[in-house]
Amino acid sequence: MSEKISEAEVLHVADLARLELTEGEMIRMTEQMNQILSYMETLNELETGSVEPTTHAIQLQNVFRSDQVMESLDREIGLSNAPQSDGANFIVPKVI
Amino acid sequence: MPLHSLTVHELRPLMVKKEIKVSEVVQAYLERIETLDSKVNAYLTVMGELALREAALYDEGRKDLNRSSLAGVPLGIKDVLCMRGTKTTCGSKMLENFVAPYDATVIEWVKRSGAIFLGKTNMDEFAMGSSNENSAFGPTRNPWNLNKVPGGSSGGSAAAVAAGLCAASLGTDTGGSIRQPASFCGVVGLKPTYGRVSRYGLVAFASSLDQVGPITRDVQDAALLLQTIAGYDSRDTTSVNLPVPYYVEGLKKSIAGVKLGIPREYMIEGIHPDVALSMEKAIKTFRELGAETVEVSLPHTDYGVAAYYIIAPAEASSNLARYDGVKYGHRSTGAQDLLSLYRKSRSEGFGAEVKRRIMLGTYVLSSGYYDAYYKKASQVRTLIRNDFIEAFEKCDALITPVAPIPPFHIGEKADDPLQMYLSDVFTLPASLAGIPGISIPCGLSGDNMPIGLQILGPHFAEEFILRVAHQFEQATDHHTHGPTLE
Repeated sequence: MSEKISEAEVLHVADLARLELTEGEMIRMTEQMNQILSYMETLNELETGSVEPTTHAIQLQNVFRSDQVMESLDREIGLSNAPQSDGANFIVPKVI
Repeated sequence: MPLHSLTVHELRPLMVKKEIKVSEVVQAYLERIETLDSKVNAYLTVMGELALREAALYDEGRKDLNRSSLAGVPLGIKDVLCMRGTKTTCGSKMLENFVAPYDATVIEWVKRSGAIFLGKTNMDEFAMGSSNENSAFGPTRNPWNLNKVPGGSSGGSAAAVAAGLCAASLGTDTGGSIRQPASFCGVVGLKPTYGRVSRYGLVAFASSLDQVGPITRDVQDAALLLQTIAGYDSRDTTSVNLPVPYYVEGLKKSIAGVKLGIPREYMIEGIHPDVALSMEKAIKTFRELGAETVEVSLPHTDYGVAAYYIIAPAEASSNLARYDGVKYGHRSTGAQDLLSLYRKSRSEGFGAEVKRRIMLGTYVLSSGYYDAYYKKASQVRTLIRNDFIEAFEKCDALITPVAPIPPFHIGEKADDPLQMYLSDVFTLPASLAGIPGISIPCGLSGDNMPIGLQILGPHFAEEFILRVAHQFEQATDHHTHGPTLE
Protein backbone atom coordinates (compact mmCIF):
# COMPACT_ATOMS: atom_id res chain seq x y z
CA MET A 1 0.00 0.00 0.00
CA SER A 2 1.57 3.26 -1.09
CA GLU A 3 1.42 6.12 1.38
CA LYS A 4 -1.39 8.55 0.50
CA ILE A 5 -0.87 10.95 3.34
CA SER A 6 2.14 11.57 5.59
CA GLU A 7 2.16 12.48 9.27
CA ALA A 8 3.18 16.01 8.32
CA GLU A 9 0.20 16.30 5.98
CA VAL A 10 -2.13 14.95 8.66
CA LEU A 11 -0.91 17.70 10.98
CA HIS A 12 -1.48 20.28 8.24
CA VAL A 13 -5.06 19.03 7.65
CA ALA A 14 -5.70 19.03 11.42
CA ASP A 15 -4.57 22.65 11.46
CA LEU A 16 -6.98 23.51 8.62
CA ALA A 17 -9.78 21.73 10.49
CA ARG A 18 -8.93 23.50 13.77
CA LEU A 19 -8.25 20.23 15.55
CA GLU A 20 -5.39 19.35 17.88
CA LEU A 21 -4.24 15.75 17.72
CA THR A 22 -2.21 14.08 20.42
CA GLU A 23 0.86 12.13 19.26
CA GLY A 24 -1.10 8.87 19.56
CA GLU A 25 -4.13 10.27 17.71
CA MET A 26 -1.89 11.57 14.94
CA ILE A 27 -0.20 8.19 14.37
CA ARG A 28 -3.52 6.39 14.38
CA MET A 29 -5.20 8.98 12.16
CA THR A 30 -2.38 8.72 9.62
CA GLU A 31 -2.70 4.96 9.53
CA GLN A 32 -6.49 5.00 9.20
CA MET A 33 -6.59 7.82 6.63
CA ASN A 34 -4.04 5.96 4.52
CA GLN A 35 -6.16 2.84 4.65
CA ILE A 36 -9.38 4.72 3.78
CA LEU A 37 -7.83 6.92 1.08
CA SER A 38 -6.24 3.87 -0.56
CA TYR A 39 -9.68 2.30 -0.73
CA MET A 40 -10.95 5.49 -2.44
CA GLU A 41 -8.49 4.69 -5.26
CA THR A 42 -11.09 2.28 -6.66
CA LEU A 43 -12.90 5.32 -8.09
CA ASN A 44 -10.03 5.77 -10.53
CA GLU A 45 -11.11 2.58 -12.30
CA LEU A 46 -13.97 4.67 -13.71
CA GLU A 47 -13.54 7.00 -16.67
CA THR A 48 -15.50 10.10 -15.70
CA GLY A 49 -14.01 12.75 -18.01
CA SER A 50 -17.31 13.79 -19.56
CA VAL A 51 -19.61 13.04 -16.61
CA GLU A 52 -21.38 16.01 -14.99
CA PRO A 53 -20.96 15.98 -11.19
CA THR A 54 -24.08 15.65 -9.02
CA THR A 55 -24.16 17.84 -5.93
CA HIS A 56 -27.84 17.33 -5.16
CA ALA A 57 -29.86 14.28 -6.19
CA ILE A 58 -32.98 16.38 -6.72
CA GLN A 59 -32.14 19.32 -8.95
CA LEU A 60 -33.89 22.49 -7.93
CA GLN A 61 -33.75 25.87 -9.62
CA ASN A 62 -32.71 28.87 -7.59
CA VAL A 63 -35.11 29.23 -4.72
CA PHE A 64 -36.05 32.85 -4.11
CA ARG A 65 -38.21 34.41 -1.45
CA SER A 66 -39.36 37.96 -1.03
CA ASP A 67 -37.02 40.25 0.88
CA GLN A 68 -39.19 40.51 3.95
CA VAL A 69 -38.33 40.76 7.60
CA MET A 70 -39.58 37.60 9.32
CA GLU A 71 -39.75 36.61 12.93
CA SER A 72 -36.36 35.48 14.26
CA LEU A 73 -34.83 34.49 17.58
CA ASP A 74 -34.81 37.08 20.34
CA ARG A 75 -31.33 38.15 21.36
CA GLU A 76 -31.79 36.61 24.79
CA ILE A 77 -32.69 33.23 23.30
CA GLY A 78 -29.94 33.52 20.71
CA LEU A 79 -27.42 33.99 23.49
CA SER A 80 -28.94 31.43 25.83
CA ASN A 81 -26.56 28.63 24.79
CA ALA A 82 -23.45 30.80 24.69
CA PRO A 83 -20.64 29.47 26.90
CA GLN A 84 -19.88 33.09 27.79
CA SER A 85 -21.87 36.25 27.07
CA ASP A 86 -22.60 39.62 28.66
CA GLY A 87 -26.27 39.54 27.80
CA ALA A 88 -25.74 41.42 24.55
CA ASN A 89 -22.63 39.87 22.99
CA PHE A 90 -20.72 36.62 22.75
CA ILE A 91 -17.50 36.92 24.73
CA VAL A 92 -14.28 35.54 23.23
CA PRO A 93 -10.62 35.87 24.22
CA LYS A 94 -9.00 39.14 23.22
CA VAL A 95 -8.28 39.16 19.45
CA ILE A 96 -6.20 42.33 18.98
CA MET B 1 -51.38 -8.35 23.27
CA PRO B 2 -49.46 -6.17 25.77
CA LEU B 3 -49.85 -2.42 25.35
CA HIS B 4 -46.21 -1.86 24.46
CA SER B 5 -46.43 -4.25 21.50
CA LEU B 6 -49.36 -2.49 19.85
CA THR B 7 -48.86 -0.57 16.64
CA VAL B 8 -49.99 3.05 16.42
CA HIS B 9 -53.04 2.08 14.37
CA GLU B 10 -53.97 -0.62 16.94
CA LEU B 11 -53.41 1.65 19.95
CA ARG B 12 -55.35 4.65 18.65
CA PRO B 13 -58.85 3.07 18.51
CA LEU B 14 -58.46 1.89 22.12
CA MET B 15 -57.77 5.44 23.25
CA VAL B 16 -60.46 6.99 21.06
CA LYS B 17 -63.08 4.53 22.37
CA LYS B 18 -61.82 5.32 25.90
CA GLU B 19 -61.02 1.68 26.57
CA ILE B 20 -57.74 2.98 27.88
CA LYS B 21 -56.69 6.42 29.06
CA VAL B 22 -53.90 8.26 27.27
CA SER B 23 -52.16 8.78 30.61
CA GLU B 24 -52.27 5.03 31.26
CA VAL B 25 -50.52 4.45 27.95
CA VAL B 26 -47.90 7.09 28.64
CA GLN B 27 -47.42 5.84 32.20
CA ALA B 28 -46.95 2.27 30.96
CA TYR B 29 -44.25 3.39 28.53
CA LEU B 30 -42.51 5.52 31.15
CA GLU B 31 -42.46 2.57 33.54
CA ARG B 32 -40.93 0.34 30.89
CA ILE B 33 -38.29 2.97 30.17
CA GLU B 34 -37.60 3.20 33.90
CA THR B 35 -37.10 -0.56 34.31
CA LEU B 36 -35.59 -1.56 30.96
CA ASP B 37 -33.67 1.34 29.53
CA SER B 38 -30.76 0.89 31.90
CA LYS B 39 -30.09 -2.23 29.78
CA VAL B 40 -30.84 -0.82 26.33
CA ASN B 41 -29.70 2.82 26.71
CA ALA B 42 -32.08 3.95 23.97
CA TYR B 43 -32.91 7.30 25.56
CA LEU B 44 -30.68 10.28 26.29
CA THR B 45 -33.50 12.44 27.67
CA VAL B 46 -36.83 11.24 29.05
CA MET B 47 -39.57 13.87 29.15
CA GLY B 48 -41.87 12.08 31.59
CA GLU B 49 -43.50 15.04 33.30
CA LEU B 50 -44.26 16.85 30.07
CA ALA B 51 -45.60 13.68 28.46
CA LEU B 52 -47.97 13.02 31.38
CA ARG B 53 -49.17 16.62 31.30
CA GLU B 54 -49.94 16.28 27.58
CA ALA B 55 -51.72 12.98 28.19
CA ALA B 56 -53.88 14.54 30.90
CA LEU B 57 -55.13 17.15 28.43
CA TYR B 58 -56.71 14.36 26.40
CA ASP B 59 -58.11 12.51 29.39
CA GLU B 60 -59.64 15.70 30.78
CA GLY B 61 -61.27 16.40 27.43
CA ARG B 62 -59.27 19.58 26.87
CA LYS B 63 -57.65 18.17 23.75
CA ASP B 64 -59.39 16.09 21.09
CA LEU B 65 -58.02 12.66 20.15
CA ASN B 66 -59.69 13.00 16.77
CA ARG B 67 -57.41 15.85 15.71
CA SER B 68 -55.18 13.41 13.79
CA SER B 69 -54.25 9.76 13.50
CA LEU B 70 -51.20 10.39 15.73
CA ALA B 71 -53.00 12.23 18.55
CA GLY B 72 -52.06 10.79 21.94
CA VAL B 73 -49.41 8.47 20.50
CA PRO B 74 -46.15 8.29 22.53
CA LEU B 75 -43.09 8.81 20.32
CA GLY B 76 -39.32 8.76 20.69
CA ILE B 77 -37.35 11.37 18.75
CA LYS B 78 -33.75 11.04 17.61
CA ASP B 79 -31.64 13.53 19.52
CA VAL B 80 -30.54 15.28 16.33
CA LEU B 81 -33.89 17.06 15.87
CA CYS B 82 -34.33 20.39 17.63
CA MET B 83 -37.19 20.58 20.10
CA ARG B 84 -37.64 23.94 21.77
CA GLY B 85 -36.64 23.98 25.43
CA THR B 86 -35.25 20.44 25.28
CA LYS B 87 -31.67 19.26 25.21
CA THR B 88 -30.50 18.30 21.72
CA THR B 89 -27.11 16.63 22.13
CA CYS B 90 -26.60 14.81 18.82
CA GLY B 91 -24.94 12.13 20.94
CA SER B 92 -21.97 14.47 21.38
CA LYS B 93 -20.09 15.90 24.30
CA MET B 94 -19.93 19.03 22.13
CA LEU B 95 -23.67 19.62 22.58
CA GLU B 96 -24.07 17.97 25.99
CA ASN B 97 -25.77 21.08 27.41
CA PHE B 98 -27.32 22.52 24.25
CA VAL B 99 -31.00 23.41 24.68
CA ALA B 100 -32.69 23.91 21.32
CA PRO B 101 -34.08 27.43 20.99
CA TYR B 102 -36.67 26.46 18.35
CA ASP B 103 -38.60 23.51 16.93
CA ALA B 104 -37.55 21.63 13.81
CA THR B 105 -40.32 21.71 11.21
CA VAL B 106 -41.01 18.00 11.66
CA ILE B 107 -41.28 18.52 15.43
CA GLU B 108 -43.65 21.44 14.88
CA TRP B 109 -45.83 19.30 12.60
CA VAL B 110 -45.78 16.25 14.86
CA LYS B 111 -46.68 18.50 17.83
CA ARG B 112 -49.58 19.89 15.83
CA SER B 113 -50.75 16.32 15.17
CA GLY B 114 -51.07 15.88 18.92
CA ALA B 115 -48.55 13.07 19.36
CA ILE B 116 -46.77 12.92 22.72
CA PHE B 117 -42.98 13.01 23.04
CA LEU B 118 -41.55 10.51 25.52
CA GLY B 119 -37.98 11.63 25.01
CA LYS B 120 -34.92 11.99 22.82
CA THR B 121 -33.16 8.88 21.62
CA ASN B 122 -29.50 7.87 21.58
CA MET B 123 -27.46 7.96 18.38
CA ASP B 124 -23.98 7.82 16.91
CA GLU B 125 -22.32 11.19 17.48
CA PHE B 126 -23.62 13.69 14.88
CA ALA B 127 -25.25 10.69 13.11
CA MET B 128 -21.84 9.35 12.06
CA GLY B 129 -21.77 5.61 12.52
CA SER B 130 -23.42 2.29 11.79
CA SER B 131 -23.50 0.77 15.27
CA ASN B 132 -24.40 3.46 17.86
CA GLU B 133 -21.04 2.80 19.48
CA ASN B 134 -20.02 6.36 18.64
CA SER B 135 -22.42 7.96 21.11
CA ALA B 136 -20.63 10.06 23.72
CA PHE B 137 -23.22 8.78 26.21
CA GLY B 138 -22.58 5.06 25.85
CA PRO B 139 -23.71 2.65 23.15
CA THR B 140 -27.32 1.63 22.68
CA ARG B 141 -27.71 -2.14 22.89
CA ASN B 142 -29.77 -4.34 20.61
CA PRO B 143 -32.90 -5.46 22.51
CA TRP B 144 -32.70 -8.85 20.73
CA ASN B 145 -29.25 -9.49 22.23
CA LEU B 146 -27.73 -6.93 24.54
CA ASN B 147 -24.20 -7.84 23.42
CA LYS B 148 -24.94 -6.84 19.84
CA VAL B 149 -25.21 -3.44 18.19
CA PRO B 150 -28.62 -2.02 17.26
CA GLY B 151 -27.16 -0.49 14.09
CA GLY B 152 -26.77 3.21 13.55
CA SER B 153 -26.91 6.01 13.52
CA SER B 154 -30.62 6.01 14.57
CA GLY B 155 -29.88 3.02 16.85
CA GLY B 156 -31.69 4.50 19.84
CA SER B 157 -34.85 5.18 17.83
CA ALA B 158 -34.89 1.65 16.37
CA ALA B 159 -34.06 -0.06 19.67
CA ALA B 160 -36.77 1.95 21.48
CA VAL B 161 -39.43 0.78 19.01
CA ALA B 162 -38.21 -2.84 19.13
CA ALA B 163 -38.00 -2.91 22.94
CA GLY B 164 -41.45 -1.39 23.43
CA LEU B 165 -40.07 1.86 24.86
CA CYS B 166 -42.21 4.01 22.52
CA ALA B 167 -44.98 3.33 20.02
CA ALA B 168 -42.98 4.69 17.10
CA SER B 169 -40.06 7.03 16.53
CA LEU B 170 -38.37 9.45 14.19
CA GLY B 171 -34.86 8.86 12.92
CA THR B 172 -32.66 10.40 10.26
CA ASP B 173 -30.90 8.72 7.37
CA THR B 174 -27.81 10.06 5.58
CA GLY B 175 -26.34 6.81 4.26
CA GLY B 176 -28.60 4.18 5.80
CA SER B 177 -29.05 5.48 9.34
CA ILE B 178 -32.79 4.67 9.43
CA ARG B 179 -32.85 1.55 7.28
CA GLN B 180 -29.90 -0.33 8.79
CA PRO B 181 -30.85 0.05 12.50
CA ALA B 182 -34.48 -0.78 11.61
CA SER B 183 -33.15 -3.95 9.97
CA PHE B 184 -30.88 -4.81 12.92
CA CYS B 185 -33.73 -4.32 15.43
CA GLY B 186 -36.45 -6.07 13.43
CA VAL B 187 -38.67 -3.04 12.85
CA VAL B 188 -39.75 -0.91 9.88
CA GLY B 189 -37.72 2.13 8.78
CA LEU B 190 -38.41 4.49 5.90
CA LYS B 191 -36.00 6.95 4.31
CA PRO B 192 -38.04 9.33 2.16
CA THR B 193 -36.91 10.86 -1.12
CA TYR B 194 -34.43 13.70 -0.57
CA GLY B 195 -36.57 16.86 -0.37
CA ARG B 196 -39.79 15.09 0.69
CA VAL B 197 -39.37 15.96 4.38
CA SER B 198 -38.08 19.28 5.71
CA ARG B 199 -34.56 19.36 7.15
CA TYR B 200 -35.15 22.64 9.00
CA GLY B 201 -34.08 22.09 12.59
CA LEU B 202 -32.31 18.82 11.82
CA VAL B 203 -28.72 19.34 12.97
CA ALA B 204 -26.78 19.07 9.72
CA PHE B 205 -24.33 16.25 8.98
CA ALA B 206 -24.27 15.98 5.15
CA SER B 207 -26.80 18.44 3.79
CA SER B 208 -27.21 16.90 0.34
CA LEU B 209 -28.05 13.49 1.87
CA ASP B 210 -29.80 13.98 5.25
CA GLN B 211 -33.48 13.02 5.47
CA VAL B 212 -35.88 12.53 8.41
CA GLY B 213 -38.09 9.42 8.45
CA PRO B 214 -40.19 7.12 10.62
CA ILE B 215 -39.18 3.94 12.49
CA THR B 216 -42.23 1.86 13.39
CA ARG B 217 -43.59 -1.60 14.27
CA ASP B 218 -45.31 -2.06 10.93
CA VAL B 219 -45.68 -0.51 7.49
CA GLN B 220 -49.05 1.12 8.10
CA ASP B 221 -47.54 3.05 11.02
CA ALA B 222 -44.69 4.19 8.76
CA ALA B 223 -47.30 5.50 6.31
CA LEU B 224 -49.09 7.36 9.13
CA LEU B 225 -45.93 9.04 10.38
CA LEU B 226 -44.73 9.94 6.90
CA GLN B 227 -48.14 11.52 6.26
CA THR B 228 -47.50 13.91 9.15
CA ILE B 229 -43.92 14.90 8.34
CA ALA B 230 -43.95 15.00 4.51
CA GLY B 231 -44.58 18.21 2.63
CA TYR B 232 -43.17 21.48 1.44
CA ASP B 233 -41.46 23.81 3.92
CA SER B 234 -40.25 27.20 2.78
CA ARG B 235 -37.64 27.20 5.58
CA ASP B 236 -35.71 24.40 3.83
CA THR B 237 -34.56 25.53 0.38
CA THR B 238 -34.14 21.91 -0.73
CA SER B 239 -37.72 21.05 0.23
CA VAL B 240 -39.67 19.96 -2.84
CA ASN B 241 -43.10 21.41 -3.49
CA LEU B 242 -45.05 18.37 -4.69
CA PRO B 243 -48.44 17.21 -3.43
CA VAL B 244 -48.34 14.62 -0.61
CA PRO B 245 -50.43 11.55 -1.49
CA TYR B 246 -52.64 9.82 1.07
CA TYR B 247 -50.17 7.06 1.90
CA VAL B 248 -52.39 4.72 3.93
CA GLU B 249 -54.96 4.52 1.16
CA GLY B 250 -52.56 2.89 -1.31
CA LEU B 251 -51.36 0.14 1.05
CA LYS B 252 -54.13 -2.34 0.42
CA LYS B 253 -53.79 -2.49 -3.37
CA SER B 254 -52.51 -5.78 -4.78
CA ILE B 255 -49.00 -6.04 -6.15
CA ALA B 256 -49.93 -8.69 -8.73
CA GLY B 257 -48.20 -7.87 -11.99
CA VAL B 258 -45.75 -5.48 -10.33
CA LYS B 259 -42.19 -5.85 -11.60
CA LEU B 260 -39.54 -6.13 -8.87
CA GLY B 261 -35.90 -5.81 -9.85
CA ILE B 262 -33.18 -7.80 -8.11
CA PRO B 263 -29.82 -6.07 -8.63
CA ARG B 264 -27.25 -8.74 -9.37
CA GLU B 265 -24.49 -6.60 -7.81
CA TYR B 266 -26.23 -6.87 -4.43
CA MET B 267 -25.92 -10.66 -4.30
CA ILE B 268 -22.20 -10.46 -3.72
CA GLU B 269 -19.88 -13.17 -2.51
CA GLY B 270 -19.32 -11.62 0.91
CA ILE B 271 -23.00 -11.69 1.75
CA HIS B 272 -23.82 -13.70 4.88
CA PRO B 273 -25.60 -17.01 4.07
CA ASP B 274 -28.46 -16.22 6.48
CA VAL B 275 -29.04 -12.92 4.68
CA ALA B 276 -28.93 -14.63 1.28
CA LEU B 277 -31.41 -17.27 2.46
CA SER B 278 -33.85 -14.64 3.79
CA MET B 279 -33.62 -12.84 0.46
CA GLU B 280 -34.42 -16.02 -1.45
CA LYS B 281 -37.45 -16.64 0.73
CA ALA B 282 -38.58 -13.03 0.29
CA ILE B 283 -38.33 -13.33 -3.48
CA LYS B 284 -40.48 -16.47 -3.31
CA THR B 285 -43.09 -14.64 -1.21
CA PHE B 286 -43.24 -11.80 -3.72
CA ARG B 287 -43.77 -14.29 -6.56
CA GLU B 288 -46.59 -15.92 -4.61
CA LEU B 289 -48.16 -12.47 -4.30
CA GLY B 290 -48.20 -12.28 -8.08
CA ALA B 291 -45.23 -9.97 -8.50
CA GLU B 292 -42.80 -10.61 -11.30
CA THR B 293 -39.09 -10.61 -10.42
CA VAL B 294 -36.45 -9.59 -12.91
CA GLU B 295 -32.69 -9.44 -12.62
CA VAL B 296 -31.35 -5.94 -13.16
CA SER B 297 -27.90 -4.40 -13.02
CA LEU B 298 -26.65 -1.41 -11.03
CA PRO B 299 -23.10 -1.56 -12.41
CA HIS B 300 -21.60 1.17 -10.18
CA THR B 301 -22.74 -0.33 -6.86
CA ASP B 302 -19.17 -1.23 -5.85
CA TYR B 303 -18.16 2.43 -5.98
CA GLY B 304 -20.90 3.64 -3.62
CA VAL B 305 -18.87 3.26 -0.43
CA ALA B 306 -15.88 5.20 -1.78
CA ALA B 307 -18.05 7.97 -3.27
CA TYR B 308 -20.16 8.32 -0.14
CA TYR B 309 -17.22 8.38 2.26
CA ILE B 310 -15.77 11.28 0.28
CA ILE B 311 -18.96 13.30 -0.20
CA ALA B 312 -20.48 12.89 3.27
CA PRO B 313 -17.29 13.75 5.22
CA ALA B 314 -16.66 16.69 2.86
CA GLU B 315 -20.07 18.14 3.69
CA ALA B 316 -19.64 17.25 7.36
CA SER B 317 -16.29 19.01 7.65
CA SER B 318 -17.96 22.17 6.42
CA ASN B 319 -21.15 21.80 8.49
CA LEU B 320 -19.27 21.04 11.71
CA ALA B 321 -17.05 24.10 11.33
CA ARG B 322 -19.77 25.94 13.26
CA TYR B 323 -18.75 24.27 16.53
CA ASP B 324 -16.15 26.71 17.72
CA GLY B 325 -16.91 27.13 21.41
CA VAL B 326 -18.31 30.64 20.89
CA LYS B 327 -22.04 30.62 20.05
CA TYR B 328 -23.04 27.32 21.65
CA GLY B 329 -21.57 23.97 22.53
CA HIS B 330 -18.52 22.93 24.49
CA ARG B 331 -15.93 25.55 25.30
CA SER B 332 -12.48 24.68 26.50
CA THR B 333 -11.30 26.36 29.67
CA GLY B 334 -7.65 25.98 28.71
CA ALA B 335 -7.52 28.45 25.80
CA GLN B 336 -5.36 31.58 25.75
CA ASP B 337 -6.39 33.08 22.41
CA LEU B 338 -9.17 32.73 19.85
CA LEU B 339 -7.39 30.17 17.68
CA SER B 340 -6.57 27.91 20.61
CA LEU B 341 -10.17 28.34 21.83
CA TYR B 342 -11.36 26.87 18.52
CA ARG B 343 -8.79 24.10 18.51
CA LYS B 344 -9.16 23.04 22.12
CA SER B 345 -12.96 23.29 22.21
CA ARG B 346 -13.29 21.17 19.07
CA SER B 347 -10.66 18.63 20.10
CA GLU B 348 -12.25 18.16 23.52
CA GLY B 349 -15.85 18.18 22.25
CA PHE B 350 -15.68 15.78 19.30
CA GLY B 351 -15.23 12.01 19.48
CA ALA B 352 -12.87 9.87 17.39
CA GLU B 353 -15.20 9.09 14.46
CA VAL B 354 -16.33 12.70 14.09
CA LYS B 355 -12.70 13.85 14.08
CA ARG B 356 -11.85 11.20 11.49
CA ARG B 357 -14.62 12.40 9.18
CA ILE B 358 -13.75 16.06 9.65
CA MET B 359 -10.15 15.17 8.78
CA LEU B 360 -11.15 13.14 5.71
CA GLY B 361 -13.54 15.85 4.57
CA THR B 362 -11.04 18.63 5.08
CA TYR B 363 -8.40 16.65 3.19
CA VAL B 364 -10.57 15.82 0.15
CA LEU B 365 -11.63 19.47 -0.15
CA SER B 366 -8.15 20.87 0.37
CA SER B 367 -6.17 22.60 -2.33
CA GLY B 368 -4.73 20.15 -4.85
CA TYR B 369 -6.97 17.22 -3.88
CA TYR B 370 -10.43 18.56 -4.70
CA ASP B 371 -10.52 17.24 -8.28
CA ALA B 372 -9.09 13.84 -7.42
CA TYR B 373 -11.54 13.20 -4.60
CA TYR B 374 -14.58 15.46 -4.23
CA LYS B 375 -15.16 16.15 -7.92
CA LYS B 376 -14.49 12.54 -8.85
CA ALA B 377 -16.90 11.27 -6.19
CA SER B 378 -19.57 13.74 -7.37
CA GLN B 379 -19.18 12.42 -10.91
CA VAL B 380 -19.47 8.84 -9.69
CA ARG B 381 -22.58 9.97 -7.83
CA THR B 382 -24.07 10.85 -11.23
CA LEU B 383 -23.24 7.36 -12.53
CA ILE B 384 -24.87 5.76 -9.49
CA ARG B 385 -27.95 7.94 -9.89
CA ASN B 386 -28.16 7.00 -13.58
CA ASP B 387 -27.89 3.30 -12.67
CA PHE B 388 -31.11 3.60 -10.70
CA ILE B 389 -32.91 5.64 -13.35
CA GLU B 390 -32.06 3.00 -15.96
CA ALA B 391 -33.03 0.14 -13.64
CA PHE B 392 -36.43 1.73 -13.02
CA GLU B 393 -37.10 1.57 -16.76
CA LYS B 394 -37.05 -2.23 -16.40
CA CYS B 395 -38.84 -2.60 -13.06
CA ASP B 396 -41.14 -0.72 -10.67
CA ALA B 397 -39.08 -1.17 -7.50
CA LEU B 398 -35.89 -2.90 -6.38
CA ILE B 399 -35.59 -5.47 -3.62
CA THR B 400 -32.26 -5.99 -1.86
CA PRO B 401 -30.89 -6.89 1.56
CA VAL B 402 -30.45 -3.89 3.88
CA ALA B 403 -27.04 -5.04 5.08
CA PRO B 404 -24.75 -7.85 3.92
CA ILE B 405 -24.42 -9.17 7.48
CA PRO B 406 -26.72 -9.71 10.48
CA PRO B 407 -26.21 -7.52 13.60
CA PHE B 408 -22.65 -7.82 14.89
CA HIS B 409 -21.20 -7.74 18.39
CA ILE B 410 -20.46 -4.53 20.24
CA GLY B 411 -16.75 -3.85 19.77
CA GLU B 412 -16.41 -6.20 16.79
CA LYS B 413 -15.74 -3.51 14.20
CA ALA B 414 -15.05 -0.54 16.44
CA ASP B 415 -11.31 -0.45 15.68
CA ASP B 416 -11.63 -0.82 11.93
CA PRO B 417 -13.41 2.16 10.40
CA LEU B 418 -13.10 0.89 6.82
CA GLN B 419 -14.81 -2.42 7.70
CA MET B 420 -17.56 -0.45 9.40
CA TYR B 421 -17.99 1.74 6.29
CA LEU B 422 -18.16 -1.33 4.04
CA SER B 423 -21.13 -2.67 6.01
CA ASP B 424 -23.17 0.23 4.54
CA VAL B 425 -22.67 -1.01 0.96
CA PHE B 426 -26.38 -1.66 0.23
CA THR B 427 -27.85 1.50 1.72
CA LEU B 428 -25.39 4.15 0.49
CA PRO B 429 -26.20 4.07 -3.26
CA ALA B 430 -29.88 4.97 -2.71
CA SER B 431 -28.80 7.86 -0.47
CA LEU B 432 -26.44 9.19 -3.13
CA ALA B 433 -29.24 8.91 -5.72
CA GLY B 434 -31.76 10.57 -3.37
CA ILE B 435 -34.36 7.82 -3.88
CA PRO B 436 -36.67 6.51 -1.14
CA GLY B 437 -36.08 3.18 0.60
CA ILE B 438 -37.84 1.15 3.24
CA SER B 439 -36.45 -1.58 5.48
CA ILE B 440 -38.81 -4.31 6.70
CA PRO B 441 -38.15 -7.49 8.68
CA CYS B 442 -37.76 -10.57 6.46
CA GLY B 443 -36.29 -13.27 8.68
CA LEU B 444 -33.98 -14.23 11.49
CA SER B 445 -30.34 -15.28 11.42
CA GLY B 446 -29.06 -18.55 12.85
CA ASP B 447 -28.38 -16.78 16.16
CA ASN B 448 -31.91 -15.35 16.26
CA MET B 449 -31.14 -11.79 15.15
CA PRO B 450 -33.40 -9.85 12.75
CA ILE B 451 -32.63 -9.54 9.04
CA GLY B 452 -34.10 -6.76 6.93
CA LEU B 453 -35.30 -6.44 3.36
CA GLN B 454 -34.82 -3.15 1.52
CA ILE B 455 -37.32 -1.94 -1.06
CA LEU B 456 -36.15 0.98 -3.19
CA GLY B 457 -38.33 3.03 -5.51
CA PRO B 458 -37.98 5.92 -7.94
CA HIS B 459 -37.92 9.51 -6.62
CA PHE B 460 -41.15 10.34 -4.73
CA ALA B 461 -42.49 6.76 -5.04
CA GLU B 462 -42.99 6.41 -1.26
CA GLU B 463 -46.62 5.44 -1.76
CA PHE B 464 -45.59 2.58 -4.04
CA ILE B 465 -42.77 1.14 -1.90
CA LEU B 466 -45.01 1.36 1.17
CA ARG B 467 -47.58 -0.71 -0.71
CA VAL B 468 -45.01 -3.34 -1.78
CA ALA B 469 -43.72 -3.46 1.81
CA HIS B 470 -47.21 -3.72 3.29
CA GLN B 471 -48.22 -6.55 0.97
CA PHE B 472 -45.06 -8.49 1.86
CA GLU B 473 -45.59 -7.86 5.56
CA GLN B 474 -49.20 -9.03 5.47
CA ALA B 475 -48.15 -12.24 3.71
CA THR B 476 -45.52 -13.03 6.36
CA ASP B 477 -45.29 -12.95 10.15
CA HIS B 478 -41.80 -11.50 10.63
CA HIS B 479 -43.16 -8.20 11.96
CA THR B 480 -45.00 -10.03 14.75
CA HIS B 481 -41.75 -11.31 16.27
CA GLY B 482 -40.08 -9.22 18.91
CA PRO B 483 -37.28 -9.51 21.45
CA THR B 484 -37.86 -10.77 24.97
CA LEU B 485 -36.24 -8.32 27.33
CA GLU B 486 -37.79 -8.99 30.73
